[in-house]
Amino acid sequence: MDETDELTPLDPRYKSMMRLVAGILAVILIIAASIAEFAIPGWTGVVWLPVALVAAYLVLYLPMRRYVTRGYSLEQERLRVVRGVLFRSDTVVPFGRVQHIDVDQGPLERGYGLATLTVHTAGTHNASVSLPGLAHEDALAMREEIRAAIRRDTQ
Amino acid sequence: MTRQEDARRTDPRSFAVRAVTMLFQLVIPLAVASVTILDDGDIGDLVGYFLPLVIVIILLNVVIAYLQWTKLTYTVGESDIRVESGVLSRAARSVPYERIQDVSLEQKLLPRLFGLVEVKFETGAGGKDDLALTYLSESEGERLRELVRTRRDTAETQDAEETATAPEEAEVLFAMGPRRVFTFGLFEFSLAVVAVLGGLAQQFDFLLPFELWDLDQWEQRLAGPGQRLAGLGPLAQAAGIVIALAALGVVGVTTGIGRTALREWDFRLERTAKGLRRRRGLLTRTDVVMPLHRVQALRIGTGFLRRRFGWHSLKVISLASDSGGANHDAVPFGRMDEIAPVVAVTGFSLPPEDAQWARALARYRIDKAVLAALFLVPATVVSALFAREWVWLAPLAGLLFTVAQQWWRWKHDYRALGESQLYSRHGWLSPSLAIASRVKLQSVEIAQGPVARRRGYASLALGLAGGRLRINGMPVAEARRWRSAICDSLARTDFSRLLEEKGAPAP
Repeated sequence: MDETDELTPLDPRYKSMMRLVAGILAVILIIAASIAEFAIPGWTGVVWLPVALVAAYLVLYLPMRRYVTRGYSLEQERLRVVRGVLFRSDTVVPFGRVQHIDVDQGPLERGYGLATLTVHTAGTHNASVSLPGLAHEDALAMREEIRAAIRRDTQ
Repeated sequence: MTRQEDARRTDPRSFAVRAVTMLFQLVIPLAVASVTILDDGDIGDLVGYFLPLVIVIILLNVVIAYLQWTKLTYTVGESDIRVESGVLSRAARSVPYERIQDVSLEQKLLPRLFGLVEVKFETGAGGKDDLALTYLSESEGERLRELVRTRRDTAETQDAEETATAPEEAEVLFAMGPRRVFTFGLFEFSLAVVAVLGGLAQQFDFLLPFELWDLDQWEQRLAGPGQRLAGLGPLAQAAGIVIALAALGVVGVTTGIGRTALREWDFRLERTAKGLRRRRGLLTRTDVVMPLHRVQALRIGTGFLRRRFGWHSLKVISLASDSGGANHDAVPFGRMDEIAPVVAVTGFSLPPEDAQWARALARYRIDKAVLAALFLVPATVVSALFAREWVWLAPLAGLLFTVAQQWWRWKHDYRALGESQLYSRHGWLSPSLAIASRVKLQSVEIAQGPVARRRGYASLALGLAGGRLRINGMPVAEARRWRSAICDSLARTDFSRLLEEKGAPAP
């Protein structure tokens, strides 16, 4: 329950997925920059160079950082979700406070075999805590584990 | 418990209320239409066409209201309440007793004249999808409320004893007479109405025979007949300003008293078998029951001025919705020794004498002030160099205000973690004390921004049903300690069990 607790890293495929999303964004940025370059007479590179740097940051560095800073644990009947590169957040939801659970798959996530687990609580703050980047079968197993714990508690 | 499977209609008088409301709604568009249509031309001719049309519209409305009334039925069944409605398209909604969190009765002015109430069945769906019956007679509303409560209890606990105490004998916990409401109103002085008056003056200044905002014209006016005024010298001018301010003050105080009296008239908070029952209001009288086991946290607030006179307020944060807000006023305006018994009834307790109060880290406050300074000092310098004379005073004032606020909050904001509760005292102009039960929280989050990580403090954000609770500027180690302590209390009880326990005080 403390710093000493081992966090489980997310599925490595999640890193590739974030790269792909960032890549799409980067392509759009670079196309826009190229149009701007065409408009400015003379190939100066004043637009192209900074945009290329930003794109490299988005595609190469940021997904890695985001992946490294994220993690979860299910120790002691508590779901702990850690995330954030700049603004860190470390949330704990005891299973007994979970109202209902969603496992969602977007089109990209389905392609990578990933899923997002979302637990809903009755609280106004953190009314839903979501954990993306889980392997689909892991997400389903986690849902079963949380559900079993809830059923046991309410019986 | 008798079987009542027959479908019932709402009170016939509600048809009358509806028709009258519709007529009132018609009067305004008709008046507007008649002004625009009858403005020019042959009035006699137009009335010939116009009057039958009006009569037809009114009749149509009455017929529709009547049809709607005949088609709206409710059935108090064995396990649920069903409402069927609709003239052309029919809708049927069924709400099982176990899902009804509470029944609230509301009386607006017009229904009240007819002795009718609007009965709302709160299902915890957030207030918008709730079932409502407009309108039933007062006695029928009371009967439904009792019925739903007793049915729900038998459905849940099969406890026959509780149903026997049908007519509740109530113990009054807090009441406000006219005198107290008046005092309360004095403190509810609002500058908002002054702003509204100013706004209206700006909106409708075309109605005034002169340009309100043109200083040159004002000078000219003063130079004319106003010369006499200006000639009276600075003393008279100052007196004029004082009189104007006093007039605004009187307006603010009167509206404050008026609004408070409308809302709080004959305030009564009673303890009943089902929870705290609150009735208040002069024209629109509301009647709300807050079940004790649904109370999530308490908030004791006060104001900048009213604190000097020892007045405080108590709000109950609960899952049930109170016409929009989840914060129920339990004691809107009272002394601490009047609030303490109410707090005891809710199962919470005021912070003990030996509570370990701790302040936010000084670094956290300093960082906030420094961050503000990073923006406001350059803004002051730039505006002092480039902008017109007095503009630089604004960012400087903002900076001084922020520094003063951070210092004040460092002095006055405290937190404490008790055996079963946690306390957070915070606020600057209107300080408040939040009392939350450790087991009734939903989640615990430790949040750190980039500055906070470097400087070693964190915010603790707690998931609270129906409210917000966030404690800033805690040392990271302490935030972790609080979190593991709270999580340990949380793990011991399942939340749904907390909700089911009838009237169980917070452990």
